[in-house]
Amino acid sequence: MNNKLNIQAWCSVQNGMVICNGKEIITVDNKQTFSASAKQVYKDQHWEYPKFFKMDRLSKLTFLTAEILMNEVTISSEEKESLAVVLSNKSASLDTDRKYQDSINSIENFYPSPAVFVFTLPNIGMGEVCIRHKIQGENAFFAFDDFNPLFLKQYAESLTQNNKAKQVLCGWTEIDEKGYNSFLYLASPNGTLPHTEESIKKLYTPS
Amino acid sequence: MDALKQELKENIIEQLNLEEFTIEDIDNDDALFGDGLGLDSIDALELIVMLDKDYGIKLTDPEKSKEIFQSINVLATYITEHRTK
Amino acid sequence: MQKPVYIQEASLITPLGFSVSENVSAIEKEQSGIQEQHCTDILDTPFYAAMIASEKIDAAFEKLGDPSKFMKLEKMMLLSVAETVEKSKLHISEKTALIIATTKGSIDALDPDNSFSEERAYLPVLGKKIQSFFGFKEEPIVVSNACVSGILAVAVAKRLIQNNVCENAVVVAGDLVSKFTVTGFNTFQALSDGPCKPYSKYRNGISIGEAAASVVVSSEKNKNTIIEVVGDGSCNDANHISGPSRTGEGLLKSIQSAMKEAKISANNIDLISAHGTATIYNDEMEAIAFNRANLQQVPLHSLKGYYGHTLGASGLVEAIVGFEAMKQNKLFTSLGYDESGTSKPLNIIQKVENCTVNTFLKTASGFGGSNAAVLFKKVAFEQ
Repeated sequence: MNNKLNIQAWCSVQNGMVICNGKEIITVDNKQTFSASAKQVYKDQHWEYPKFFKMDRLSKLTFLTAEILMNEVTISSEEKESLAVVLSNKSASLDTDRKYQDSINSIENFYPSPAVFVFTLPNIGMGEVCIRHKIQGENAFFAFDDFNPLFLKQYAESLTQNNKAKQVLCGWTEIDEKGYNSFLYLASPNGTLPHTEESIKKLYTPS
Repeated sequence: MDALKQELKENIIEQLNLEEFTIEDIDNDDALFGDGLGLDSIDALELIVMLDKDYGIKLTDPEKSKEIFQSINVLATYITEHRTK
Repeated sequence: MQKPVYIQEASLITPLGFSVSENVSAIEKEQSGIQEQHCTDILDTPFYAAMIASEKIDAAFEKLGDPSKFMKLEKMMLLSVAETVEKSKLHISEKTALIIATTKGSIDALDPDNSFSEERAYLPVLGKKIQSFFGFKEEPIVVSNACVSGILAVAVAKRLIQNNVCENAVVVAGDLVSKFTVTGFNTFQALSDGPCKPYSKYRNGISIGEAAASVVVSSEKNKNTIIEVVGDGSCNDANHISGPSRTGEGLLKSIQSAMKEAKISANNIDLISAHGTATIYNDEMEAIAFNRANLQQVPLHSLKGYYGHTLGASGLVEAIVGFEAMKQNKLFTSLGYDESGTSKPLNIIQKVENCTVNTFLKTASGFGGSNAAVLFKKVAFEQ
């Protein structure tokens, strides 16, 4: 059986630039807030998915990167049922955890929000992507100090080798007080770019 | 009462991030859940916090909240009768 | 054909005790770790939760180091790993992975009343604390996938071993009862007004708990090894970020994936340790999924009545109790159950019973639509 994976498509979002398969999709003013930038991309892409505005910042970042990538590839609904999603970052959901923590710090103004609390998990954005595309495959969210291309490669391969998935949506989606960046790619038997640590690293770090 | 209804619409749009709606889009009799505004279970919990924070009304029975979150009209009437702030 | 993967040793740090034997003997006596808590620094009203006194952890930690230098969760995890590493006589090499499973980690570091730096809330920082304490060579792998983290981490270890990324792995899972999680579940109106009652008609929500647990997963057997990890799956519902699927889709797919891999059919499963959080929707979803998988006759328990919901730790804590059920050929009671509260039937274990347990299924489900299932099988002893 040929389980060899390639990188079929990829998308990165950083410094206000959205790049998919090496092509610039949109560049927004990097001085505005992340939420304003995310809204600008949403409008520009003519998405009709109002739930987007209910998401926290990490979920918005994950969702918009995945949305642009998924629009670039054709995956049947049957294939989506067994598409795996493997994401990672450094700060987990701390960006939203801090917001929730602020709401429980004061005794006088103690009104914790259920709509904030529900996003205090790093895998929620992944859940949003799965809902949007009816992806019912393997899911896992990992935390590392830094982008870890070797682990993504190894774990994606372990899923295909063990017949748990044929294709894997992999990546890094990070947002914190200091800024944001995300990079997702589709590991698949299709495509020509080999799924190696070097090529993942190279695509993650644009020249 | 009309001012309260206006205030509720503003707060609901703001609190629940209903980006695609304006105050004019919400009729006083519109269903808030289901087909109307399309709110879900987390929105319902968020509205319960809003009632506590803005009007001092504490709701603990989920059945009761289903009843009063029917529409802006029903909600405004309930608030007028039960508000403590 | 994938190579076999085994569970070597296990350890539990929970309100029921700091050893596996203390835990199991409490469960056998149907003693719960859940109590009414009056901790106004967590919630202004009394609540039910299963908590470990900090003094007890500190006293146990003295043998490892200075308790004032580490946060509560760090100490719980270190205590647990120290025991499994020692018992298994594990030689930590470049081929040993450290896999850490947690939902919220040391989230108490964000609390302004906490004296530790906020940096300690970062999961990779928690990972590094454990790594450097024991001298693991490789960067820790932190799994943070809501309430399936603990059991998913066992699947991750198995997959990495089978693909020669590592030869063995220490998997440690842990989560705390914190102001953060208690107030959060409270605003969800999800906290039970007494000890939680999984699958009962009278259930009305969860009780939260705290625990740490660890296992050594390896491609090699040692003299005590009796458990093999034979199948796994972790599928998304693609339905709702916080509400369980009405059809149990993701859980069903996870179970089917594990059974297919293990080549084990429904009538060959002896015990299910389910998630059973005691919320109306979770328990109902599970009943539907188990019926769709044709597992409604298999003896089943939820251990949440003993431990509360220990979030990311729950899957591993409960799996370890299941390993003891396999070792002792015993079914443990699903505490808190009385009358059926699900629309589909389940075979809930109502009293401790002797019964051969050769195969054991552990499942978990969590926010984000996540689910996980891992199948374990007793190793046939070589003469």
